[in-house]
Amino acid sequence: MPRDMLTGSRIRERRAIKGLRQADLARQVGISPSYLNLIEHNRRRIGGKLLVDLAEVLGVEPSMLTEGAEAALISALREAAAEAGVAMAETDRAEEFAGRFPGWAEVLVWSHRRITSLERTVETLSDRLTHDPRLAASLHEVLSTAAAIRSTASILAETGELEPEWRDRFHRNLNEDSARLADSSKALVNYLDDTEASADHRGAPQEEVEAFMAAHGHHFPLLEEGTGDLDAIIASAPELTGRAARQVARKILRQYAADVVAMPLAVFTEAVKAQGLDPLALAQAFAVDLPAVFRRIATLPEGALPGEVGLVICDASGSILFRKAITGFALPRHGEACPLWPLFSALNRPLVPIRRRVSQLGRAVAEFDCLAIAWPDGPPGFERDPLYRSIMLILPVRHGEGDGATPQPVGGTCRVCPRGDCDARREPSILSEGF
Amino acid sequence: MGRHVLLIEDESNIAEAIRFLLTRDGWQVDTHADGRDAVEVVCAAKPDLVILDMMLPGKSGMDILRELRAIDGLHDLPVLMLTARGQSRDRDMAEKAGVSRFMTKPFSNIEVLSAVRDLLAQASRT
Repeated sequence: MPRDMLTGSRIRERRAIKGLRQADLARQVGISPSYLNLIEHNRRRIGGKLLVDLAEVLGVEPSMLTEGAEAALISALREAAAEAGVAMAETDRAEEFAGRFPGWAEVLVWSHRRITSLERTVETLSDRLTHDPRLAASLHEVLSTAAAIRSTASILAETGELEPEWRDRFHRNLNEDSARLADSSKALVNYLDDTEASADHRGAPQEEVEAFMAAHGHHFPLLEEGTGDLDAIIASAPELTGRAARQVARKILRQYAADVVAMPLAVFTEAVKAQGLDPLALAQAFAVDLPAVFRRIATLPEGALPGEVGLVICDASGSILFRKAITGFALPRHGEACPLWPLFSALNRPLVPIRRRVSQLGRAVAEFDCLAIAWPDGPPGFERDPLYRSIMLILPVRHGEGDGATPQPVGGTCRVCPRGDCDARREPSILSEGF
Repeated sequence: MGRHVLLIEDESNIAEAIRFLLTRDGWQVDTHADGRDAVEVVCAAKPDLVILDMMLPGKSGMDILRELRAIDGLHDLPVLMLTARGQSRDRDMAEKAGVSRFMTKPFSNIEVLSAVRDLLAQASRT
């Protein structure tokens, strides 16, 4: 039995081991079940005859129920007080506090432990997430392989007489590791260095485009007026340092301009006011498809909608091509997103609109209304399969707005998702203790 | 002075090289490749020194070290940590967690051998 377990908790545990109901134990020692309940939840201190009676029924020595329990509580209280910088006079009264309010004392100790655990989680997170996980994994692979080669080569070079069995084994290892080093070095260089566009080193094109769109609030007044010059906008964007990023941005702005023509700002905003944020009705009213409506909603100026909206677009491989972040919905910067997002479900049923209420567990549970659809991108052809893309509009659900139905739990990406029991998990979470 | 080393390293060829090196030097070397149950393995094996890789499947070497240091009787167990991440921040974190020696990859065999000899000599003096 853990020494830091309180007396009440120990009684509860022993009773469970013996298979006794609370009412049965209470009756045998002559107290009410509700009083025993208070004791078991450490809300009443016990001692003397009652403790002896309980221990007898439970078949243990009274000391097994009490030894070290209070001391552990007081010690934990002092530890919490010391870390909080409480004055010595108060710390000295920890014993009195634990005696008079054992339940509150336990709450305080629990809170202190929880804070310590969360601090450790934050420390671990900042340690690992301040680095690009792909880059870190790639470097780790190179350095580990180099370490293996160096050690093995030293043994072969420096060990005078090496048994043939060991020598053959180390030769084999060296051969394997050198091939592995060649592959991992090549992969690392490819990742770091785009030889065709050396200026692209600052960041991934996707990240530069995201920074560019965010700097403009995803809204471009000149394009709304039809007077904007795409090349001028892109040339004057300090965020777009690489050729690849400028190409991606140009494609997005070209699509933006086409959406403006199909759904002019003033008319579209009026339609939203009149019909509400009903993408199907808006698509019908403007004779456009749902992806166009989703994109247009995501480019409305601040204040045109009651709250912020998020948007994600992916291709059939699941790679994220575009994202507009929304508060509370984690969109991974690196690595793969949660396969439970409706964005990916839509890929299984192209052209079928999907609407799901989802919740993401972060520092607080936030609910979102996700609308998704997958569609064939590009002109049709008899000789080739269509290339599908999927788009998901993310709308926040305000407190009290939900229909009461349980939202579908989803994550951001497995590495930082605290959900324990998930069939979709690809890899363990680094949040060993969760939030 | 005990001569039992537990090597927790998932790179099998590094583990093999270190095991060969230390065995030749007269140490008894056991190896383990998984982070998930590494703490239990240390507790069961009761080694005189642990060589611990930082990046292991299931649980990081840093977390394993923290858990080991929280166990009665393992506060002073010599732990030599191997890592491909040599930033000073990682070194600081490892020292805060109670590492005995921190070594970055790629290392030389003589460095590993010297570190093991030093750590066990220090442990036997205390």
